[in-house]
Amino acid sequence: MSHSISLQKTRGAGLSRLQLVLGLMGFIWLSLCVYVIFPDAFGAYQSYITLPAAAAVVAVYVLMFQMWRGSRIAIVGLSLVSFWIMVSVLVPALPLIDPNKPIAPFLSPGSSKDGLTFWLGTDMRGRDILSRALWGSQRILVWGITSTASAYFVGISLGLMAGYLRGWWDEVFSYLTNVLLSFPVMVLLILMLNYLGQSPFNVILAITCSSAPSIMRIVRGLALQERSRDYVHAAQVRGESALWIMVMEIVPNIRGPLIVDACLRLGYTTVAITTLTFLGLGLQPPDPDWGLMIREATSSAMVWKFAYMLIIPSLSITTLILGFNLIADGLRELSLRD
Amino acid sequence: MALLMATVSLLLFAIFDSDQFRKQIAVAELGGFGVAALSEADYTDWIAKRGLDAPFLERYVSWVGQVFQGNLGHSLEYNMPVSSLLADRLTSTGILAFFFFLAMVPIAFTLGIVAGIKEGGLLDRIISIGSVVSTSIPQIATAVLLTVFLSLGLGWLPSKSAMVAGFSMKELVLPILTLLIYDVGYVARMTRASMIEVMSSNYIRTATLKGLSSAKVILRHAVRNALIVPVTLVFLQLNWLLSHIVVVEVFFQYNGFGQMLYNAAMYGDIEVLQAAALTASMVAVVSQLLSDIAYALLNPRLREVK
Amino acid sequence: MTNTMNSGEVISAGTAGKGQVPVLECRDLCISYRTRAGEVPAVINFNMRLMAGEAHGLVGESGCGKSTVALGIMRYLGRNGFIKSGDILLNGRSIVSMTEDELAQVRGGDIAMIYQEPMASLNPTMRIGEQLAEVPMLREGLGRKAAMAVVEKILAKVRLPDVARVVKAFPHELSGGQQQRVVIAMALLANPKVLLLDEPTTALDVTVEAGIVELVQELAAEFNTAMVYISHNLGLILETCESITVMYSGEAIETGPVAEVLREVRHPYTKGLINSIPRIDVSRYERPLTTIAGQLPLPSARPQGCFFGPRCSNFVAGTCDQAHVQMVPITATHASRCQRVAEIDWERPAEEGKLRQKAEPGEVLLDIKNLTKTYGKVKANNNISVEARRGETVAVVGESGCGKSTLAKVILGLESASSGAVELGGKDIGKTPVTKRDRETVRNLQMVFQNPFDTLNPSQTIGFQIGRVLRKLGGIKDEAEVQRKVLELLDTVKLPRDFVFRRPRQLSGGQKQRIGIARAIAGEPTVVIADEPVSALDVSVQAAVSELLLDIQEEKGTTFFFISHDLSVVRYLSDRVVVMYLGQIVEQGPTEDVFQPPYHPYTEALLSSVPISDPSIVKRKVVVSADVPSPSEPPPGCPFSTRCPYAIKGVCDKDQPQAKTFANGHQIACHLSAETLLAMQPIILDQKAS
Repeated sequence: MSHSISLQKTRGAGLSRLQLVLGLMGFIWLSLCVYVIFPDAFGAYQSYITLPAAAAVVAVYVLMFQMWRGSRIAIVGLSLVSFWIMVSVLVPALPLIDPNKPIAPFLSPGSSKDGLTFWLGTDMRGRDILSRALWGSQRILVWGITSTASAYFVGISLGLMAGYLRGWWDEVFSYLTNVLLSFPVMVLLILMLNYLGQSPFNVILAITCSSAPSIMRIVRGLALQERSRDYVHAAQVRGESALWIMVMEIVPNIRGPLIVDACLRLGYTTVAITTLTFLGLGLQPPDPDWGLMIREATSSAMVWKFAYMLIIPSLSITTLILGFNLIADGLRELSLRD
Repeated sequence: MALLMATVSLLLFAIFDSDQFRKQIAVAELGGFGVAALSEADYTDWIAKRGLDAPFLERYVSWVGQVFQGNLGHSLEYNMPVSSLLADRLTSTGILAFFFFLAMVPIAFTLGIVAGIKEGGLLDRIISIGSVVSTSIPQIATAVLLTVFLSLGLGWLPSKSAMVAGFSMKELVLPILTLLIYDVGYVARMTRASMIEVMSSNYIRTATLKGLSSAKVILRHAVRNALIVPVTLVFLQLNWLLSHIVVVEVFFQYNGFGQMLYNAAMYGDIEVLQAAALTASMVAVVSQLLSDIAYALLNPRLREVK
Repeated sequence: MTNTMNSGEVISAGTAGKGQVPVLECRDLCISYRTRAGEVPAVINFNMRLMAGEAHGLVGESGCGKSTVALGIMRYLGRNGFIKSGDILLNGRSIVSMTEDELAQVRGGDIAMIYQEPMASLNPTMRIGEQLAEVPMLREGLGRKAAMAVVEKILAKVRLPDVARVVKAFPHELSGGQQQRVVIAMALLANPKVLLLDEPTTALDVTVEAGIVELVQELAAEFNTAMVYISHNLGLILETCESITVMYSGEAIETGPVAEVLREVRHPYTKGLINSIPRIDVSRYERPLTTIAGQLPLPSARPQGCFFGPRCSNFVAGTCDQAHVQMVPITATHASRCQRVAEIDWERPAEEGKLRQKAEPGEVLLDIKNLTKTYGKVKANNNISVEARRGETVAVVGESGCGKSTLAKVILGLESASSGAVELGGKDIGKTPVTKRDRETVRNLQMVFQNPFDTLNPSQTIGFQIGRVLRKLGGIKDEAEVQRKVLELLDTVKLPRDFVFRRPRQLSGGQKQRIGIARAIAGEPTVVIADEPVSALDVSVQAAVSELLLDIQEEKGTTFFFISHDLSVVRYLSDRVVVMYLGQIVEQGPTEDVFQPPYHPYTEALLSSVPISDPSIVKRKVVVSADVPSPSEPPPGCPFSTRCPYAIKGVCDKDQPQAKTFANGHQIACHLSAETLLAMQPIILDQKAS
C-alpha cells in the first residue's frame, strides 16, 4: 500500500540526491586515486590535492545523514566509514611523523623521543604507529573501492545480459560463473597473483574475477524477477530496445538491493586485500598498510608488551569493515520499512 | 557437474602449462639462479626431456590419467610425492574442519532460530548486533585479538598451533575459535532471516489458529521449514572454509592444507600448488552438489523451485 | 436531528430473538495498530451478534477492516495490532481477557478459520494427513492411527477424490480448489461452533468457487455451525448469509438481514457499492454503473464526522462533518450509520450514470486465424479464430489456464505463434516479435496491464513514462508539445495535472491503472489489449475505470481486446464475447446472445457460478466438478467433457466437437444437437419486480 500522497520532493529538477551523493563520492575517490597512484605528479602541492575532497566528505555525510535518519545502525556505520574516508583525505596535510622513517624501535604508546611524541608507540623498526595506521587507510580505501567498482561493473553488465536477454547469453555467463565460483576465493586469488605477478592492478583484476561472479548471480536473479513485471512488458510492447530496458527500466529498480550488497562487498574486498597483504601477496612494503603492519608485527613482536603493534591495525580494519556492514544492515532495515 | 569438473581441471592444467610456471619448475629442477638466468637452450632441452612438447590435449588426457592414479607430481620443497604430502595435510585440515563444523552448526542454528522466533525482540536484537559485529571482524584481526588476549595476555592457550610435540587439542582451540567467530555470525544471520520469513508465513498462522501451543508451532512447523536454507548453506561453508583456512593456518602455523597451499605459492613449489588448487576446486564442486542434493531431499516442492 | 444511539446499546443483526446467548458477540470492539506514525485505529466500535447456526457476512472494500475483525476474534493481530477496547464474547465468555492456554483451546476448537490463500496456509513440507491429524490428536487426545482414520473420514466429507492419495500428498501436489477443501476439512475437524471464512474463494476460479460455497453451506447446516463470511463480493454474501454488515473505513456502516439491506438500502455507501457492481443479467445500455467519487481515507487521516462524508452525494455541511456518527436503528434488526437516514429519499434512482448508445462497429482490424501456440507438448492456444472490428470491444473470457493471456502475448509479439496468423490491418504479424515490428504496428497495438502495482516503472515519474510513449511512438520531437500532450492525457483519464511530477508509489491502485491507460492510448493506437484491467481494483474503483475505458472508446473509436475471468465485467464492457476453455474457443458471439441460451455447457456453468447481488433474482444452479484437467494433458475429445453434466459417453470424450452456428454469428462448439442447445433454460429464471 502506498501511503503518503504528497507532492514533496518531486519537483526538484536536475540532480536527485542519490546522483549528488554518487557524484561527490566519485570526486573523493578520484582525488584519492590521483594522490595514491601518481605520488609525484603535483610536486610541492601534492599534500594539498586531496583537501577539496574533505569538503565533499562532509557534504556526503550530511546528505546521507538526512536520507538515513530513520536508522541508527546506518548512521553509526556511516560515521565509521566517513571517519576513515576523512582520515585518508586529510592525512597528507596532517602534522604527522613520516610513516616510513625509522626513529626509535619498540617505544610504548605515549612516550617521546627527540622532541617527538609517539601517541601509539613505534614498531620494531622505529616507525610511528599512529602515522602508519592513519596513512594505511589510504591504500586500503583506494584499492578496495576501485576493485569493488570494477567487479560491480563487470558483474552488473554480465548479470543484466544473462538475466534479461536469457538464452545463449545466460548459458555462457552462468557457466563461466560456475567455473569461477568453483574455486575457493583465496585459492583463486593466490593462484591468479602467482600467475600474473604481484602488482596493484593485478590485485584489482584478481578481486574482480573472484567477486564479479557472485555479483553477476545476484544481478541475474534480480533482472529475471524484474523482467516478468508488467512495466518491463509495457516497455517491450512499445518497442524499446534491450539496452534501454536494461539500463533505463531495470537498473533503477534493482539499485536498492545492489547498494546493500555493494556495502557488504566493499567489506569483503577490503578484507581480501588486507589478507593478501598480510600473506605478503598483495601490495608491497614499505608503504604503510594495515595488513602489512600485522604481518610485520606477528613476525617480531608476539609478546604482551608489544601487543599494541598488533591491536592497532586490527582495530583499524575492524572499524572500517564494521562501518560498511552496519551501513548495509541499516539500509536493509530501511528498505524493509517502506 | 562432471562437465564443470572437467572445465575446471582443464583450466588449471592450462594455467600450469604456461611458460611462466614451466620455467619455475625447470629452474627448480635444474638448479640455477632464477627464471631470468635460465638459458633458452637449457629450457628447450628440459621441455623435450619432460615430454612437454607433445600436443596439449594429449598431455591433458595423460595428466588426468595420472591424477586418477594418485600421481600428482613431486614436491621439490619437501622432496616427497605430492600425493602423500596432500594426504597428510588434508587429514590435518580435516580434523580442524570436523571440530569446526561440530561446534558451528548447533551454535549457529540455535542462535538463528532463537533470534528469529520474535523479530525485533530483545534476544533478536542482541543476537543480530552480535552477528553484525562478529562478521565484521576480519579473520586476521580475530586471530590477532584472540592471540593477544587469550594467549599473550592471559596465557591460557598456546599462540601457535604447529603441533611440534604431537597432536594437541589445546592448540586447535584458537584456530577453530577464529573461524567460528565469523562463521557462526554469518550462518546464524541466515538462519534468523529464514526463521523470520517462516514465522510470518500463513501456514504458521494456520498452525497457531489450530490451537497448537507456541512450542509445538515452532518445533513442528517452523523449525523444519526454517532450516532448509541453512542446511544447504552449511555445505557451502566448505568452500568458504577452504578459502579462510589459508590465513588462519598461516597465522597459527598449523600444518594443514592452507599452509601447504600458501607455502607452495610463496616458494614456487608449482606441482604442489597445482594439486592443491585442483583439490580445493573439486571439493568446492562436490560441496555444491551436496548442497543441491540436501535441498532436494528437504524440500518437497523442489521441482517448482529449481 | 434524528435519534442517535449511545454506543453502549447493542444493535443485533441476528435474526434470533432476545434472551438467547449469542454464540459469538463483538461489543464495541476497537482494534488499533501501532505504527511509526503513532497509533492507527483499524476497527472502530464494531458490534456483531451471531446466533448458533447463523451465517453473517462482512463486506467492504480493501482496507475497511473486515479481515482485522476476524483476526481480532482469534486474537492474532501480529506484533503491532492490539484490541484497544471493547469485548469479544464466545458463548458469553470474554476472549479478550483469556489466558494463552484458554486461547489455544478456543483457537481451532470453538472457532476455526478458513483463509484466502489455501496454498500459503498449508505447511509446504508436511504431508496433508499429518497436518490434519494434529487436530484430533490435540483435541481428542487420539493416537496417530485413530487420528488418521478421523482425517480420512473428514476428507471424504469435503468430497475430495482419492482420499488415500490426498493424505500422503504435499500441499503443492493439489489444485487450489482441493487445497481449500483440505483447509475446510481442517477447520471442521474440531467441530467448531463458529467458522470464520476470510475471502475463502477469492483466489479461486468461479466454477471452483461455486463448489466450495455449496460445500460450506451444506456442512455448516449439518454441523449447525455459525459462520462469519468475509468477502468483498456482495453477491456471494447474499448467497451464503442471512445477515450482513457493510464496513467502511474501520466502521460498520449498515447492518441487517441481507435481503433487507440489499433491497432497502439505508446508507449512501451501500447504495453506491451496489450501483457500482456490474451484473451478468443486464447490459450497460440498460443499467449504467454509477461510481463513488473520491477514495477511501487513510486510517491515519479520517475526516471529521461521517467517514464517508467527503465522498457522499447526500453530504450536508454542518450535519455530516460534526460529531462522530452513531448507528441509527431502522427496524429491530436493520441499522445504518447515517445521520440523515430519515431525510434521504432512498427510492430515488441512483445518480444517473451515462446512458450509452450502441455504436456500429467498423471494418475488421484485428483478425486472428487458426492461431495455435504450443509450449513443448502443451497447447496453450489451439486453433483460435477471432476478429475484432474498429470501435468494438471483444472480450476473451475464461478461467485460469485457459490460454487467454498467452493469446494476448502472441498478439503483442511477446511470444510468437506456432502456426496460424494474426493480422493487423491485413498484415500478418503472428510470427514477428515486437522488436522486429515496424513502428506503425507497434503504435497501433498497445496494452493495459492487470496489476496496477506492477504496471508502472516505480523509479520514473508519471510524466516521463507517458512522455516516453509520445516521443517513441507518437513521433513527437518538440519538448513543449510532449508536455502539452502529457497534460492532455492526464485530463483524458481524469487525473489532476500535477500528477506529472509524481512517482507511482504516491498513487492509489485506481490512479495507477488510469496512468496505465493513459500510457496505452498515448500513441493513439487503433487496438488496445486490456488484460484484466479492473480485476485487481476495488468495486467502486472498478466501475470508474470501466467507465473511463468506455468513454475513451466512444471518443477515439478504439478497439478493445479485453481479457477477463469476470463475467459481470465482460457483460458490461464488451460487444462480443469469446469463451475459452483449456486453450480452445468453446463459444463466441455477440454479448447479448452468449449470455442467453443456447449456452455451451461450460458457459452455462460459468454463468450459474457468478453470484448476483440482487435478492429479487432466482438463479438456476449448475455446479460442475472442480477438477480441471491439466493443460499439459487435455482430454482427447471435447476439453470440457470431463466436467460436463451433459457429456455423451463415447462421443464427447473421443471427438473434438465442431462449431455450430446460431443466430447473429453465435457459435458453440459442442456435440449436443442444436435442438438440445436451443431448448436450454436461461440461467436467470425469474426476476421479481423490484
